[in-house]
Amino acid sequence: MTSRPLLEIVDLHVTVAGKPIVNGLSLTIGIGEVHALMGPNGSGKSTLTNVLAGREGYEVVAGSARLDGRDLLPLSPEARAHLGLFLAFQYPIEIPGVSNMEFLKAALDARQQSLGSEPLSTIDFMKRVRGIATELDLSAEFLKRGVNEGFSGGEKKRNEILQMLMLEPRMALLDETDSGLDIDALKVVAAGVNRYRREDRGILLVTHYQRLLDHIVPDFVHVLAGGRIVRSGDASLARELEARGYGWLTDAA
Amino acid sequence: MPGRFPLAPDRADVADNRTDDIDRLIERPYRAGFVTDIDSDTLPPGLDEDVIRAISMRKGEPDWLLDWRLGAYRHWRAMPQPAWAHLEFPAIDFDAISYYSAPRSQANRPKSLAEVDPQLLATYEKLGIPLHERAALAGVAVDAVFDSVSITTTFKDKLADAGVVFCSFSEAVAAYPELVRRYLGTVVPPRDNFYATLNSAVFSDGSFVYVPAGVRCPMELSTYFRINARNTGQFERTLIVAEPGAYVSYLEGCTAPQRDEHQLHAAVVELVALDDAEIKYSTVQNWYPGDAEGRGGIYNFVTKRGACIGRRSKISWTQVETGSAITWKYPSVVLRGDDSIGEFHSVALTNNRQQADTGTKMIHLGRNTKSTIVSKGISAGRSQNSYRGLVRIAPTARGARNHTQCDSLLIGDACGAHTFPYIESSQPSAVVEHEATTSKVSDDQLFLCRSRGIDPEKAVSMIVNGFCKEVFRELPMEFAVEAGKLLEVSLEGAVG
Repeated sequence: MTSRPLLEIVDLHVTVAGKPIVNGLSLTIGIGEVHALMGPNGSGKSTLTNVLAGREGYEVVAGSARLDGRDLLPLSPEARAHLGLFLAFQYPIEIPGVSNMEFLKAALDARQQSLGSEPLSTIDFMKRVRGIATELDLSAEFLKRGVNEGFSGGEKKRNEILQMLMLEPRMALLDETDSGLDIDALKVVAAGVNRYRREDRGILLVTHYQRLLDHIVPDFVHVLAGGRIVRSGDASLARELEARGYGWLTDAA
Repeated sequence: MPGRFPLAPDRADVADNRTDDIDRLIERPYRAGFVTDIDSDTLPPGLDEDVIRAISMRKGEPDWLLDWRLGAYRHWRAMPQPAWAHLEFPAIDFDAISYYSAPRSQANRPKSLAEVDPQLLATYEKLGIPLHERAALAGVAVDAVFDSVSITTTFKDKLADAGVVFCSFSEAVAAYPELVRRYLGTVVPPRDNFYATLNSAVFSDGSFVYVPAGVRCPMELSTYFRINARNTGQFERTLIVAEPGAYVSYLEGCTAPQRDEHQLHAAVVELVALDDAEIKYSTVQNWYPGDAEGRGGIYNFVTKRGACIGRRSKISWTQVETGSAITWKYPSVVLRGDDSIGEFHSVALTNNRQQADTGTKMIHLGRNTKSTIVSKGISAGRSQNSYRGLVRIAPTARGARNHTQCDSLLIGDACGAHTFPYIESSQPSAVVEHEATTSKVSDDQLFLCRSRGIDPEKAVSMIVNGFCKEVFRELPMEFAVEAGKLLEVSLEGAVG
């Protein structure tokens, strides 16, 4: 399957506090594709997603990252979001006192504004958010609570998916969205991601485990080791990793 | 009329021209900073007994009040300026201040709005406070105080129909001398503290509210204080009396021109609640805070105290403090009546070089008295923000309860937040609880918002508003939204 590139990363080098973490990573995600990025701890997976989303504390020393042909790296995090990039956080962040609802409305209003569109009416907004929340098995009460304030691990991860479904990004980076979930929660989250999956969108799934990929079947699987992609394949690669571990790949890297 | 209250200057034109240029955002717009060019009767700077006589004469006061002032003044001269607050500022030269300034056009006390100087009406219009009743915010009566005098009070007739007196303090002295004399200084005695004693000597105008027994005041009452003249202090005095079973909700707002030198504001507010009466007193304080380097701004040294004299009476203070170079105020409640209730809800925001030392005192004397303190301090820039609170349970206050929650939020790493709680309990059956938290607007929170497309200024204001939500809920509905907007304006430039 080859399609027009949505996200195109070329020879990316990133250091954190002077230490090289990503070392010449290249990855192209075509429109409509789902890619899984796997690899041992410390291989640079989270660094990659954070750099793409524009988090501070990372230095890009070389390389480029483009979304729909637009160079992402000079842009502010909000400008990247407006282009349609979304990061589901590995460790969702709490904002006490700001209700989930209010936060989602502000995010959606910002997106509408960036598109030059009218903000959603409160009624339409409520309808939409309630509908999506129900699908994710999140109650109306949940929407009134502070962003991730006192949420369980599973609720936090579902909340990330709620934000994704509300904002309808072009390209979603899901950073270990499956970690810490029990099997029921995993199914709910996977159903949410599959609902999002469409021919005009791209997904990068960062995960340690095959079990997520049983529910969200990727088009491509990549193995990251030492800050570079050392092996790419189709969904069967993930099953092979499940059986054999990373050693046979990372030793070579 | 749409419910738009004016304390927060409209920032629409700022938003329209918004760029990512952080320098532009650091230009903190203080939209109330203009000066009205008006011919004023201003006493020369300096303070002695002649000045006090001159103020009293201009107001046509009775002898007892002049004597009261002089008594306060003689005591004040020997008082030291308090130095215990966590504040740093050069000594105030009290002889460099003019203690009275009034527009000449107001000399003859206009009887109606038609007689009020149009330039003054335009000033309030510009501040967003239309004084014509037809244009005013429905349901809110306003007393407009300009420097040392009250310009006009709206909806007086409608309030009079309900038996409620709402007028300037000067007017009350003339029209209701027995009421003023009975209550003046009963809650904040003339020798209470340095600034209150100074106020007792030189106070010019302020508001007077009297709600008779069993009357629920039909409107929100509000006083808008405007400092205009240069080198002039504003020393207003407000007295609110709620007879048994009465209820009143009162709100004050304040602004001042943008100037390079400091100006002193030393007010006194006294509240009296008799049996089953309730007074809800809200403040949205937006005095000029000075520039980013700490030049100019108002020194706000204010004594506010309520006495719950009656059984089951209730007094609640809600304050949103965003202005002033220095804020020194501790709105307090003396809970004398059994089963009376005192509340204090506060948001104090400091940015740039602002300093605030603010909090409350809850003095429990009666049985089963209850008090609640919720304080939210927000520090940004290089500001210093202190909460100082006293909870005192007297031996007589059997079954008294207090709950204090004191939260500080820091923005950036050059500011300071401090908490000075004092608890004195002489009653073993009392329950006193104190909770305190300090948090930071974290880079992670900002990044979460930005990664969802929300710009950093909006993100900070959303986070801060979330932090203050509990207090905003206590504000009269008409003002809660504006208070939120005011925080937004005050935080301009706090990020980046």
